[in-house]
Amino acid sequence: MDVEGVLDRAFRDDWARIVATLIGALGDWDLAEECAQEAFTAALPAWRRDGIPDSPRAWLTTTARHRAVDRIRRARVGAAKQRALAAEETVDLAVNLDALDSGIADERLRLIYTCCHPALSVQSRVTLALRTLCGLSTAEIARAFLVGEATMAKRLVRTRQKIALAGIPYRVPPAHLLPERTGAVLAVVYLMFHEGYAATAGPALIRSDLCAHAVGLARMVAELMPDHPEATGLHALLLLQHARRGARTTADGTLVPLDEQDRSRWDHAAIAEGVTAIRRAVRRERVGPYQLQALIAASHATARTAADTNWARIADLYDRLLPLVPSSTVRLNRVIAIAMRDGPQAGLDLLDAASDPDPPDPANDQPAGERTAGQRTGDERTGDGRTGDERTADDHPLLSATRADLLRRLGRDAEAAEQYRAALARTANQAERGYLTRRLAELGV
Amino acid sequence: MRYLLLISADEQTAEPAMAGPDAGSFDEWYADLERRGVLEAHVGLHGSHTATTVRVREGEVLLTDGPFTEGREQVGGLALITCRDLDEAVEIAAGHPATAVGQVEIRPVRA
Repeated sequence: MDVEGVLDRAFRDDWARIVATLIGALGDWDLAEECAQEAFTAALPAWRRDGIPDSPRAWLTTTARHRAVDRIRRARVGAAKQRALAAEETVDLAVNLDALDSGIADERLRLIYTCCHPALSVQSRVTLALRTLCGLSTAEIARAFLVGEATMAKRLVRTRQKIALAGIPYRVPPAHLLPERTGAVLAVVYLMFHEGYAATAGPALIRSDLCAHAVGLARMVAELMPDHPEATGLHALLLLQHARRGARTTADGTLVPLDEQDRSRWDHAAIAEGVTAIRRAVRRERVGPYQLQALIAASHATARTAADTNWARIADLYDRLLPLVPSSTVRLNRVIAIAMRDGPQAGLDLLDAASDPDPPDPANDQPAGERTAGQRTGDERTGDGRTGDERTADDHPLLSATRADLLRRLGRDAEAAEQYRAALARTANQAERGYLTRRLAELGV
Repeated sequence: MRYLLLISADEQTAEPAMAGPDAGSFDEWYADLERRGVLEAHVGLHGSHTATTVRVREGEVLLTDGPFTEGREQVGGLALITCRDLDEAVEIAAGHPATAVGQVEIRPVRA
């Protein structure tokens, strides 16, 4: 591997570890991130000149430490005192860093739990995770969220200030808080992926990049939490969803329905990894929402053709998911799966029977999604009950589109057209509108 | 870490609701604080209709009859605590009976 390749890999694999070690030693997030950044910047010319070190991580960590020591020395000590104190301080800091290096895995976990603390807003958690855990620059995050770099810098500063001033602990939470906090960590990873996947705004390339970072973070979290099958389930789910990226849109950005996607363009290595991961997770027999959604995604991903899709299994999985995530999105996707298994009339009957008001929908800002045969596949939309939408099923933007698709399959074209128009009136998403407009035109009503 | 807990609720409905079966007991909350040894000060306030708000504009002292914020949700009590971190402060705040009907805002105190 060439220098760039090794450095890219080190960045992906070791950034969070290096930052976590530095934060543990320095207690200063900003300084830790900057010094890690400088170490990575310094690595390229140094490695080209001197060759790739035996342990890139050790080299990067040591270099980042030296930067930190230099900066602290310069900042804390006036020129007159500098010489007298420098030696002493260097020794102290080095000892501190060495001590912390031993608990490397724990360091990263502490960082993850702190970044995802529920006292921070969801947006703050996602942006901080991108900066601190994934190593995106402030400029990159700003571009991904379509705000100015200064605005994003200010947000990050305020978030770090809140952590320090409000006394958010830098630790793995105690046992009685752990289940809830772990759920919050997984939600942040999921939302980060979703931010990229939904493509509601922003240049497509950067958004896809967000997805890739989220998959990387999911991998890290799954590795650090081997006893938590939902963490593995989430990693599997994101791998399987991200595996379809090459086939999800046409060159001009229009969404391609799942059943029309060129399956040869799916990332089959990622699918294999995702399938292996979800099989490993469910063996622990503590199946939760992420694992169920990964199983659904795996069913789609392993069908050779759209017609081969095992809808009976997918419908069963939705039956199990619905009590855990009683959102209108999951409800709708279950209807779609049942309609694929039992026919469109069965789906319509379910929709009519369920016209009662629904509980709040936690999965509101779902991906713009893919469909089969004009159907929502459902495997794309997930939710863990944390995004907090108050919409009911009657108001759900997908309801009309789903009804329309079922009516169309029954040949009730006029009613279908009416529902497509209702759906069009409800969505501003261009990719969605493209799909609905196409269906409406095909009906010719 | 030192925190000020601002305990607030809808004044019209807070008292009967806090006496109801769903709310925790104030005495138990207070006893928990003493057990933890975190309490520096605690005060309960008279209703916001007894408040007087003072502003000085261009050297003139201006008084308003009532609290500085309009609205039904008003601060009814304050507690100053010193505890380990925000997680412990959240635990303490969550034990206050007002959280069942109103809320507790946790503010770190400047050093």
